[in-house]
Formats: sequence, C-alpha cells, structure tokens
Amino acid sequence: MVDSFKWLPPTLKGYFEAMQIPAPESVPWTPLAKPLSEARIALVTTAGINVRGLEPPFDYEREQTQPTWGDSTYRTLPRDLRQEQVQTGHLHINNEDIARDVNVAIPISRMLELEAQGVIGSLAPTNYSFMGYQPDTTEWRERYAPEVAGRMKAEAVDAVLLTPV
Amino acid sequence: MNALARTFEAAGLATVVVNPMPVWGTRFGTPRTLGVEFPFGHPMGLPDEPELQMRVARAALDLLVHAEPPPPVVAHFDEPWPGDFDIWKRAWHPKEPSPIIRWMREQAALRAQQQREGQ
Repeated sequence: MVDSFKWLPPTLKGYFEAMQIPAPESVPWTPLAKPLSEARIALVTTAGINVRGLEPPFDYEREQTQPTWGDSTYRTLPRDLRQEQVQTGHLHINNEDIARDVNVAIPISRMLELEAQGVIGSLAPTNYSFMGYQPDTTEWRERYAPEVAGRMKAEAVDAVLLTPV
Repeated sequence: MNALARTFEAAGLATVVVNPMPVWGTRFGTPRTLGVEFPFGHPMGLPDEPELQMRVARAALDLLVHAEPPPPVVAHFDEPWPGDFDIWKRAWHPKEPSPIIRWMREQAALRAQQQREGQ
C-alpha cells in the first residue's frame, strides 16, 4: 500500500494530514465504452511544461510575486512531441529529469509503443499540460477542464490518463 | 488534478490518475487512482527507464479496463521506488524554495521578530 506522505518533509506532511476536506457528494463514473485495443487515449500532466516556440511558458513570474496564485491555463502537447521541444519551469519540483526524459511525467513514448503493439487503439493527436500548483481550482473546474474535455471529445478521445507531479 | 479527472469523467471520458498521493483519490472523490510510491515529479518512474515507465503505464490501463464501481477506486502499484530514499527525499525538491514556501518562511521569521520585540 502506497504511503502518500512518504516523500514530504514533516511540516508539509502534518499540514496535509490535518487538511479538512469535505467528503464529495458523489463521484462521477464513465465506463470505458470499447475494448482498450480500439480506444483512443489522451494524456494530461500537471508538470507545467509547454512546447518551446509553439506556446508560451506558464506564468511563473506572476507566481514569484504572488505566491498564493498559480497559473490555471493549459498548454497542448502534440503526440509527436520531441524531447528538445520540452520547456519546463514548475516552481514546486526539480524539473531536471523531465527536461531529460519527458516520459517520467507524461508517457507519450510509452503510449506510442502501446499503440504500435495494438494494446491501445491510438494515442490522441493532442495531449495537455496544466501546472499543478492551484490554490484555487475554480477556473480549472468552471473553465479550462470543460474546455479541454470538449477538445478531447472533438478528437474522439475515449479515455484519459492523468499524471500529476 | 482531481478536479480535472472529475470534470473529464463527468463529461463522458473514462479517466485514471497515476498519483504519488493516492489518498487524494479517496478524499476528493477521484474515479480511478493508481498510487505510485514515487517521489514528486516522477509519476511514471525514472528517466531513460522505459521498462519501468511501461509497467506503470500498463498498470494504469489495466485499472482503466478492470476497475469496478462504486468509485472512488484506488489501486496501488506494487513496485518500490528504485532509488535511494535518503537521496530522493531531497532530490525531488526544486533548487530554490517555491514562492509559497519562501513566503511562509518569511512570515514565520517576521512573527518571531515581532515576538522578540514585544518581549
């Protein structure tokens, strides 16, 4: 059984363990509607990465001056993403390994291999990057997550593999 | 991340979250969570270790296919982190403290100073 607090320093561990979270009223459920070998999968990470030169980086400068704010926007990552295009910057983790191999945060290469093996139907043309430090998730819930869901459905996505960092 | 998964799932997309803190899957009501006892920034494993990354990916897809309601469903990837704990408990942190950590330390120092001056 995974220890959720294993890697945290004691102060943060105590803070998270004591956090009061109201129990969710309900949990949504959508079964995978077709065999995995026919399903189109999209990937979503919160590593705060962007494609260099294609879209701007997340607004880390504002977070530096306003520490209780986090950029709630998202970036797109094509399925043919190349490692040298990956721009990192997340202020809450060490980004060195993501800059070396983006698959530690979003398994694009692995999904392309599973597509080639016929294990999954396909990897979606577009995948997505958010930035995980969100003191307030209102814009995620009300604006950007519904927007990304709409874009995924327009690309005939069946399922989403999410990888928070 | 849980807010994203819940919104996608409610929109008709099946989701699975690979999370180093699977406790949030239960507490926030995330449909499917695969817990990985990996340091932050590394949900899929180590760089240039495609076999490990693939085992995590396959475990997540397996949960996507086989998880049975009622949600939240939380499963656990059973491989330990291959790196040394004492090194990695520090190595995942950013080189500079994040803005919020820096701010909290400044506030604590300020309070301590005010207490000293008040004495």
